[in-house]
Amino acid sequence: MATLEIRDLHVSVEADNSTKEILKGVDLTVKQGETHAIMGPNGSGKSTLAYSIAGHPKYTITSGTVTLDGEDVLEMSVDERARAGMFLAMQYPVEVPGVSVSNFLRTSATAIRGEAPKLRTWVKEVKSAMEQLQMDPAFAERNVNEGFSGGEKKRHEILQLELLKPKIAILDETDSGLDVDALRQVSEGVNRVHATGEVGTLLITHYTRILRYIKPDFVHVFAKGRIVASGGPELADKLEAEGYEEYTKGGPVSGANSEEDVA
Amino acid sequence: MAEAQNIPVGSTTAGTIAVAADSTVATRMSAPPSFDVADFPVPHGREEEWRFTPLERLRGLHDGTAEAGGVLTVEVTAPEGVTVETVDRTDARLGKAGTPVDRVAAQAYSSFEKASVVSVPKEAVLTEPIRIAVHGEGGTAYGHQVVELGAFAEAVVVIDHTGDAVLAANVDFVVGDGAKLTVVSVQDWDDTAVHVSQHNARIGRDASFKSVVVTFGGDLVRLNPQVQYAGTGGEAELFGLYFTDAGQHQEHRLLVDHNTPHCKSNVAYKGALQGDGAHAVWIGDVLIQAAAEGTDTYELNRNLVLTDGARVDSVPNLEIETGEIVGAGHASATGRFDDEQLFYLMSRGIPAGEARRLVVRGFFAELVQQIGLPDVEERLLAKIDAELEASV
Repeated sequence: MATLEIRDLHVSVEADNSTKEILKGVDLTVKQGETHAIMGPNGSGKSTLAYSIAGHPKYTITSGTVTLDGEDVLEMSVDERARAGMFLAMQYPVEVPGVSVSNFLRTSATAIRGEAPKLRTWVKEVKSAMEQLQMDPAFAERNVNEGFSGGEKKRHEILQLELLKPKIAILDETDSGLDVDALRQVSEGVNRVHATGEVGTLLITHYTRILRYIKPDFVHVFAKGRIVASGGPELADKLEAEGYEEYTKGGPVSGANSEEDVA
Repeated sequence: MAEAQNIPVGSTTAGTIAVAADSTVATRMSAPPSFDVADFPVPHGREEEWRFTPLERLRGLHDGTAEAGGVLTVEVTAPEGVTVETVDRTDARLGKAGTPVDRVAAQAYSSFEKASVVSVPKEAVLTEPIRIAVHGEGGTAYGHQVVELGAFAEAVVVIDHTGDAVLAANVDFVVGDGAKLTVVSVQDWDDTAVHVSQHNARIGRDASFKSVVVTFGGDLVRLNPQVQYAGTGGEAELFGLYFTDAGQHQEHRLLVDHNTPHCKSNVAYKGALQGDGAHAVWIGDVLIQAAAEGTDTYELNRNLVLTDGARVDSVPNLEIETGEIVGAGHASATGRFDDEQLFYLMSRGIPAGEARRLVVRGFFAELVQQIGLPDVEERLLAKIDAELEASV
């Protein structure tokens, strides 16, 4: 069973000629089949965690480890991480002018699977995945993320999740900017992938709303660059009722043991 | 109407739109057009039309020191009904589509010995392209090529340039009334070649001319496509794509002279650059003369810089002498292949090199799809793929 292990991860960025530490010792273990929700206020470092694991060059890992089944993820290039089974659904997917969705999907599926999918079955596979996400077939001929609405971008990310079948999927604020219908369809996509039992999901979100559709096994509160509280789904209910205030106030964090390996 | 974005350091993109007296197109040249090389002073490099070109790499084409003596073959393959002739300098059909605008073009016109004339009779509609294979085996050559279409004829001409040469030439396209001519000119030279050529199109009444210029090779390639209209209702579409590698200088200088009412022109050139010393120059001059009421024109240049060390100079100029037009505009933008695009593609398992190829192919495909001739499009995409496979 695939396991992603994050140990004492410290990450910094260069900004205005100074180095700023954003992640200050993150510990987390995500196993295939599990769904973890990471919840936290703006600026707590949630997205930094997602992008650092994916290998974005903007972030510098200063210490700690990330392994996938014991393999050192931090040693891998961005594309190697994806081929090893990591997937990041981005909050702000990037426009790639001139590259059609269908070409992009096939190119990435070929890279991930190690061989070009057979055309006939591939076309069917894409078509049915798009139908399930209520995406117009004409979508495949548009350029990647170019002129997409917020909802279309997120559906497109989840479409990739469904087609690329990663071992570990990190969903970075996939729920933000979605109306209720889109949120439901996107969540159904995530649940379909989860139902296969083949993927471990790290769901990063600011809001509890998406947790009505996606049921996490574990909920973690993220504040000031680290996990400050962990629990089951009931923790999300508490956050919904009380907000993040308890975790963002100055001074030592109460009631949390961020060093504990929760999974 | 000019736009510019994400301009890499060391590049320029400057546009002008001038009205009436403030001429930016006609008066920028250091001498008026002429067939005689003696009418042009030897350029020193600061002239408007030479300031982007490294003169020392012209191998003497610009100063009279390049003596013909190279080996250059021109092979024309044409479907039945087309006349292919080799003629001498006195042939009356030469020089009818335009006059050399700079010293190298005039040098070519003053120096060639034999010209090739390809004629498509009136009303002939060719189903197969005419192929002109220009192949150099080294050394200097001067050439002159004429392609003429009679009234209502339709033809596709594909000109391939391969091998090594120092070539200066003029190519005339005389498009008869109501005729349709598509020309694809591929510069697929060895990395040592120098190629300077002026393409002159004279477009008849209600005729259409489509030019597709594809520049991949050469040490220095400098092309001057020129368009003028012989009657109302003419249409010109000028497409170009170039892939400029380390050390290459590729320059495309266009002039569309709207001298006749109710004509159209559309210019779209796209280039990708990579490597140290890669230098692409695009000059898009459009002149709308006072008589050219009802003109509709647009020109666009886009550049994609893939690595550091490459330089783009992109200068669109629009000069308008009448306000009674349908439309006139231009756009120029130079962007970098950005790290976020690369990250996005790589995060989907696509290796960096393949991601780059995917983006460049897409960048060019957008242009190729506008050509409107499926077999030409297919061949070009295959050519682009081969180029990308070899160099990115």
